[in-house]
Amino acid sequence: MERREFLKKTALASTALMMPAFLKPFEAFAADGSQLSGFKNLVVIQLSGGNDGLNTVVPYCDDIYYQKRKTIAIQQPNVIALNDMQGLNPNLAALKELYDQGWMSVINAVGYPNPDRSHFRSMDIWQTASDANQFLTTGWIGRYLDANNKAAQTPYLVIEVDDTLSLAMKGEKLKGIAVQDPNRLFQTTREPFFKNLIQQQHAAEHLSEDNLGYLYKTMIETYSSADYIQKTSKTYNVTATYPATGFANELKNVSKFINSGLDTRIYYVSLGGFDTHVGQMDQQGRQLKVYADAVAAFVKDLKATGKLDDTLIMTFSEFGRRVEQNASNGTDHGTANNVFVFGGKLAKAGIYNDAPSLTDLDSGDLKFKVDFRDVYATLLTKWLEVDNSAILTRNFAGLDFI
Amino acid sequence: MNNSRQIKHLYARAGFGIRFEDLHQHENWSVKKAAKKLFEASVQIQNIKVVTENLDLRYHPNQSEDEKKAIQEERNKQEKALNNTWMQQMSTSDAQLREKMTLFWHNHFACNIGNSYYEQQLNNIERANALGNFKTMLIQVSQAPGMLQFLNNQQNVKNHPNENFARELMELFTMGRGNYTEQDIKESARAFTGWQYDGKTASFVFRPGVHDTGVKTFLGNQANFCGEDIIDIIIKNPVTAKYICTKLYRYLVNDIPDDGHISQMADLFYKNNYEITPLLEFVFTADWFYDDKNIGNLIKSPVEFLVGLNRQFYVNYQNPDVLMQFQRTLGQVLFRPPNVAGWPGGRSWIDSSSLMYRMKIPSTILSAGIIDFNGKPTPEDQAYLAATKRQQFNVIKRTLTVPDWDRFFQKIPLKTPHPEIAQFMLEPTMSARVLDEVNSAPDIKTMLIQVVSTPEYQLC
Repeated sequence: MERREFLKKTALASTALMMPAFLKPFEAFAADGSQLSGFKNLVVIQLSGGNDGLNTVVPYCDDIYYQKRKTIAIQQPNVIALNDMQGLNPNLAALKELYDQGWMSVINAVGYPNPDRSHFRSMDIWQTASDANQFLTTGWIGRYLDANNKAAQTPYLVIEVDDTLSLAMKGEKLKGIAVQDPNRLFQTTREPFFKNLIQQQHAAEHLSEDNLGYLYKTMIETYSSADYIQKTSKTYNVTATYPATGFANELKNVSKFINSGLDTRIYYVSLGGFDTHVGQMDQQGRQLKVYADAVAAFVKDLKATGKLDDTLIMTFSEFGRRVEQNASNGTDHGTANNVFVFGGKLAKAGIYNDAPSLTDLDSGDLKFKVDFRDVYATLLTKWLEVDNSAILTRNFAGLDFI
Repeated sequence: MNNSRQIKHLYARAGFGIRFEDLHQHENWSVKKAAKKLFEASVQIQNIKVVTENLDLRYHPNQSEDEKKAIQEERNKQEKALNNTWMQQMSTSDAQLREKMTLFWHNHFACNIGNSYYEQQLNNIERANALGNFKTMLIQVSQAPGMLQFLNNQQNVKNHPNENFARELMELFTMGRGNYTEQDIKESARAFTGWQYDGKTASFVFRPGVHDTGVKTFLGNQANFCGEDIIDIIIKNPVTAKYICTKLYRYLVNDIPDDGHISQMADLFYKNNYEITPLLEFVFTADWFYDDKNIGNLIKSPVEFLVGLNRQFYVNYQNPDVLMQFQRTLGQVLFRPPNVAGWPGGRSWIDSSSLMYRMKIPSTILSAGIIDFNGKPTPEDQAYLAATKRQQFNVIKRTLTVPDWDRFFQKIPLKTPHPEIAQFMLEPTMSARVLDEVNSAPDIKTMLIQVVSTPEYQLC
């Protein structure tokens, strides 16, 4: 870290300590002189493990689907039809209502050129928004932070509801903050000995680029952010009912953050368990139900509190699965997949584009029709109102779902 | 010559941190001699044998709900016992280097299956080979029931190959990405068909009936390869030596790779047919290993952090569950890696939440969560401290940890100045800020608890 930047930050941290909490939002406002445009929020939901998109949004009128998946295809009577081509996995029943209300959009065949079938590499590609042969060490949301003047003062501009922070949230200069439980985080920062270490951290001796500098910098940022997040979010209690799952609880926390007026633009939440090489029907079904029930509760909660129009929810997975099932009633790593978008102000709700072709394949895998970075570009440019070329590797035209 | 700084560094990297008794009389040893002693102490192999039954075997279709529940409880007990036994072994064993390397291979061959019997077996394979031959270990690991189950090779059969094992073998265990093609994965998966395990005996079996005997083309070679042939070809490829050495360098030296040093390591490793001991001897006696930039700059993993603390303060856990809770809070539960790539390590251990927990844990273990504080307390501080004091009894009741302070103090030479003791506990050079705290601490215990509650103590 640059010395000057460090001094600026420590100054902020120590002012924050002395300033009454209720003044904190004004402090950020006054220091910057500009306010965030509107109150729009983006919630990114990551399904980890490579969710099988074909059994999620089922091409139930395509014979090839049933030929390739003798034992794991979702049978026609069970499919929840969306149109005459595609329908939802029955475990996604809770989403049908959102779909019918015009709050959901399905973007088909999203991927990237020369797809990588490794979980880690493909997840890195989705999180960094790189090309398949390009290795980036910063995430797309992290670079959104880097590009945003406001972010230097508010690391909580992006929050991951988790105990650890994903690569997507890490920028070159700034990173988001991981908060599973705002109260718990706040309490740990109140330790007088730690406060003493931070407040009297006067010289820049530790704010070097090495790991010790990294630790001190993290400590300072955590201190000031935890204070703000805890004090702001405790002003609101979620009254809606959510399912009793860890994932639902995380979305409930996001609702608390959004409704309390936290100055946060992007929330990031993950749900794992989608690596279904064996016995896919049960495993994926269970996870899809956890996902759909929680999202439905969340969307309805936001609708009731009047925040749905200001919120956009995007769900992705690092890849889809092979078209043909394997011998263990599972599916192996594949390529293109569907992306879901939810919100109260979708320009194009419903099925956004054609279902993926099951005949025009790339050695057994679906061909992508939409680059995932066009989805990101849409979110960045049309929703968060920033220039996407400054954040993505080049300019992407974007899509029309908002 | 006084080599105390070098010897401290060596113990921090080749083990889980130094204790005063380790340094006693050793500080005049050459680095070479100190390293030799570490290897000698690790000749012994202490297998873990706490899990005595494979509970997978007891799953029968006709079990009642109550029976299933009982088995699940037993499985949970096994998992805790295995976790705790290894934590204790790392904390107390003299075979520090062997345990430290076992932890490395545990992360390298990451496996998460929830079957403690198989996990223990795999862990003992890694321990037995931790300082031996990499190829021998690779074959044993690849044929371990735990790994065969985790990477679905049980389902890899002639007519329907399952590529999971073949892919991870190359991507994560040996060559690293970019050194093979998707076609190589497909072809080698065929070679591993028939590599299965027998659940009853918990041992490897080769089932010729489901093995694909056709000709496979792998990395430019063509023949009717079996699994061992594929491993042979992979081992003969020097990129494998390079890949392993890069990972080891980041574990033992610095998380920013130095190509020159890694090439030296890889050449030696390859020339010595993947023998691990000579490679480690080379690293621990290399001049560059003791360069300033390589000292006190690695972020301890949560397990290294907890083990180091236990070891340095001779902590006794009367409620072992608490150790697992700490692991969970800090993001590294033994035998539960997040995925087959293991824990990514380095800076990824640290974020807003985990750093604060890490700095609070030493005082929780050593003094019921109390960090006495030398500064001028504000009313808020006073309220916080009063609340912590009220909590004291609860913390003690919950953690049930007992450090052996007498033993700790016994080993410190009389009249050692406080700053010297403080610096002994830390690998990075103490900052002026921490030094201030050290000098103003009312007593040595307070000072020690403060020192291990700093960002500096997170580094090794």
